[in-house]
Amino acid sequence: MAEMAIEDDVLVIGGGLAGATAALAAANAGTKRVRLVTYKQSTLRHASGLIDVLGYTPAGKGPLTDPFDALEELPHGHPYERVGIDAVRDALSFFDGIVGDAYAGGHTDRNALVPTHGGTVKPTARYPAATAPGLASDDRDALLVGVETLPDFDAPLAAAHLEAAGIPFDCRGVTLRFPGITRDDAKVTRYAHLLDRNESVSTPSGEAGAREALSTAVRDHFEGEPRVGFPAILGDERADDVRGDLADTLGADVFEVPMGPPSLPGIRLEELLYDALEAAGVRVTSGVPVVGYETGDRAGAGRRTERIDHVVVDRHGAEIPHRADQYVLATGGLVGKGIESDREGVAEPIFGCRVPHAEDRYDWFVDDVFGEQPYARFGLEPDRELRPLDADGEPEFANLRAAGAVLGGYDYAAEKSGAGVSIATGYVAGTRSAEVSE
Amino acid sequence: MGYDTEVLVLGGGSTGCGIARDLAMRGLEVTLVERGNLTHGTTGRMHGLLHSGGRYAVSDRASATECIEENEVLRDIAGHCVELTGGLFVQRPEDPDSYFREKLEGCRECGIPTRALSGREAREIEPYLANDVKRAIEVPDGAVDPFRLCVANALDAQIHGARIETHAEVIDLLREGDDVYGVRVRHDSGPGRRTHGVPGSTEEITAEYVVNATGAWAGQIAAMADLEVAVRPSKGVMTIMNVRQVDTVINRCRPKGDADIIVPHETTAILGTTDEEVTDPDDYPEEEWEVDMMIDTLSELVPILSEARTIRSFWGVRPLYEPPGRATEDPTDITRDFFLLDHDERDGVSGVASIVGGKLTTYRAMAEEIADHVCAELGVDATCATAEEPLPGSENLERLEDGMDEFGLRSPIARRSTKRLGSRSRDVLETDEPNPVICACEGVTRAEVQDAISQSGTDLNAVRIRTRASMGNCQGGFCCGPMANELHPEYDEETVREALDDLFDERWKGQRHALWGEQLSQAMLNYALHATTMNRDRDPANAGPSALETGSESLEYAAFDAGEGQ
Repeated sequence: MAEMAIEDDVLVIGGGLAGATAALAAANAGTKRVRLVTYKQSTLRHASGLIDVLGYTPAGKGPLTDPFDALEELPHGHPYERVGIDAVRDALSFFDGIVGDAYAGGHTDRNALVPTHGGTVKPTARYPAATAPGLASDDRDALLVGVETLPDFDAPLAAAHLEAAGIPFDCRGVTLRFPGITRDDAKVTRYAHLLDRNESVSTPSGEAGAREALSTAVRDHFEGEPRVGFPAILGDERADDVRGDLADTLGADVFEVPMGPPSLPGIRLEELLYDALEAAGVRVTSGVPVVGYETGDRAGAGRRTERIDHVVVDRHGAEIPHRADQYVLATGGLVGKGIESDREGVAEPIFGCRVPHAEDRYDWFVDDVFGEQPYARFGLEPDRELRPLDADGEPEFANLRAAGAVLGGYDYAAEKSGAGVSIATGYVAGTRSAEVSE
Repeated sequence: MGYDTEVLVLGGGSTGCGIARDLAMRGLEVTLVERGNLTHGTTGRMHGLLHSGGRYAVSDRASATECIEENEVLRDIAGHCVELTGGLFVQRPEDPDSYFREKLEGCRECGIPTRALSGREAREIEPYLANDVKRAIEVPDGAVDPFRLCVANALDAQIHGARIETHAEVIDLLREGDDVYGVRVRHDSGPGRRTHGVPGSTEEITAEYVVNATGAWAGQIAAMADLEVAVRPSKGVMTIMNVRQVDTVINRCRPKGDADIIVPHETTAILGTTDEEVTDPDDYPEEEWEVDMMIDTLSELVPILSEARTIRSFWGVRPLYEPPGRATEDPTDITRDFFLLDHDERDGVSGVASIVGGKLTTYRAMAEEIADHVCAELGVDATCATAEEPLPGSENLERLEDGMDEFGLRSPIARRSTKRLGSRSRDVLETDEPNPVICACEGVTRAEVQDAISQSGTDLNAVRIRTRASMGNCQGGFCCGPMANELHPEYDEETVREALDDLFDERWKGQRHALWGEQLSQAMLNYALHATTMNRDRDPANAGPSALETGSESLEYAAFDAGEGQ
């Protein structure tokens, strides 16, 4: 191979929540050279931005008031069981340190209940500051404001649904035309940027700033509720200012209801993480797939476990070897394409790590759409330091750890544990990689 | 309480709706009852081929001739339901030359225009055909949207005064002595448009004449009045690809066999099919090998299918029928012709006839023949106009193209909406209200969804078949929720919730047969959006009464974090 290898101490593959956390943890543990390579856009843009730790037990008990009560009893092989409860606590503190004031919920072990854009409530451990005044477990009355051109969130319907879910307060919903939006199919980022830049828009009473125009439109329906909720479109880079201005003019707390993709809270979290990566000196290369790897000497005489010598990264057509002492695989699950399948089977495409699955693809699912879906648990089976294991229970490679949704043995959608597992396993994989690379 | 009508049609498939339209246009008072949605039985579960007749040109020339005649009629009266894709009968090296010649000759004799092509010429038309394809015959096959066609017939019947009742299951066929005089139906949610949550009721409907157009279910219905109709239901699988690998209908040119057709359909291509007799049209196995066979066998014609993404598979049941005494063993050999069983003549029971057999392409001709029979029975002298009068949506289509503006919609969406709505576009799409896209995969806007709701109530599957919303790549993952939101505030929250659950479940059913590769990723994303982001799988609102019954406590909000300082 003609190309000179790029050398690092820790190389993280995958740029979602787990990969970013792993890289930050490795850097935090004192590793000098940490690199993160990512290929596809991360699934954070699909995610609500809430940090769920554990909302329900694998058996479906819940919503759990305190996730830590249940963490002790998780079944063998669950990622939380692998890393242990202390690591989950350390990882959450680490996350709290990274995101600072942008997130709340760290003051207690208890879960909060957050209203969803479908009108249900769901338990979560950390929530964006923008969502904090909107908790369903807070008993202040609320007004929900929907937008005619955003069909994902019907505020009057969501309010009625929340009441059917037994919320301890009165909730009303109204639907408005959003000032300054002229196209019926404008993207959510258009709404956010309009408010970020406080663009001048026309209103029935003349030109006004977008924030003021929105407040005015809401005021026609406002009945003095202590808090007012909007779909999560209230600004991108200046979201705090947007909320602050709306709150001042309305004289009420203002919050966001998390939405489906593309999700502004998810995008904001991604931006926070990438700022932190830059500040921590992690080198990030985006848009490049890992297309192969080479193994080196076995790890010590008599050891049967191989080491990864380097991986091959496709940089716009040029195959560049990337060598590191330790590797973290955080390429995501089925959605992020860290786990792939065809009619014959399920595989981890980069290293070919073992993904336990039934031979017959008709055993990958059950008929009840929300039943115990085997496919939702597809992923790698790791040891306690998160090294993926082969069929004999031996690490596939001595220097490869896995984090986040590429791991199997848990159903994050049913448990509401996706972000928590990514943070906990990312933290452990990154920290452990740093320790052994010294 | 009784309700009396002149003619009662049982079954809301293409046959039943066609008969209802025909009779209503002749001035008869018609009522149609259907157990599920319109198209719920076999019509909504076929590959959407508008036959040129080429398929039957060797084995059954009478059917072939009828197909080409009706193919031409449907282009005129149902232009907005039909896409003139053209079709190819493709011969591989191992397929018999003799059959290719017979096919060409048969088409000629039946008046089906053909053109013989070399392999290279065929690949110029369809570049994804296999390199070793030997030659092909071009025929005027097309694609037809069976949902749109069937709904347009029902709509026109209504315009002509018919009463159409969906979600109204026949629970008894009423017979007194040697006369059938009506039915008892069970309405899922009372008469009229379906509304989730409205309690069911039963209704007795009497009629001067009853037409049993329930296809594969005709035997079950007839048995309610101690009549015997020996339908031989035969199942076939169809596998839907997420894109159109071909823009022409591709048929395998060989005598008979499974997995021998690909029909381009809207944004998808549909692979079909199998032919296997089943005992119960409501309960038969849907099997993995059938899906695999579609992909593996049709890859011989179009190799990229082996790696392509499928979004779901579905099965339909053909209402095959054989007159007594034929006893054909292989269902593929059973005739595709239709039969009008006059129970008066056959069993000495008056007031009722059963229709069995037949196929979608010739639904109108069948309906005409049956309507003629009904008119004769009732002593009505009226002529059929269904071959000349366009269906609602297909009036003056060529003039429409010129005058079409875009209704404030971006052009790809306007193009797709207007293709679906045809001449109804202006009525439906012209609105002063905001008209955002509800289903991005299929380009369906709020106005179109609202139009469908106004026809079909809270049944979102009925909205789906009218609009194609939730039928694309995401299979409803993104758009089921917004579709349900459109029901509010006309319908209350609990009703909306049930309607959403029904649609989401239905979408999942077909996807189970496509769970690998991209579609498995999509399924996980859909699951995450609905379970993780919305928590619909553990919605406390659903725990209500049942939680009380089981003695479990309601959700105690105060035990949770209320925020720092709260």
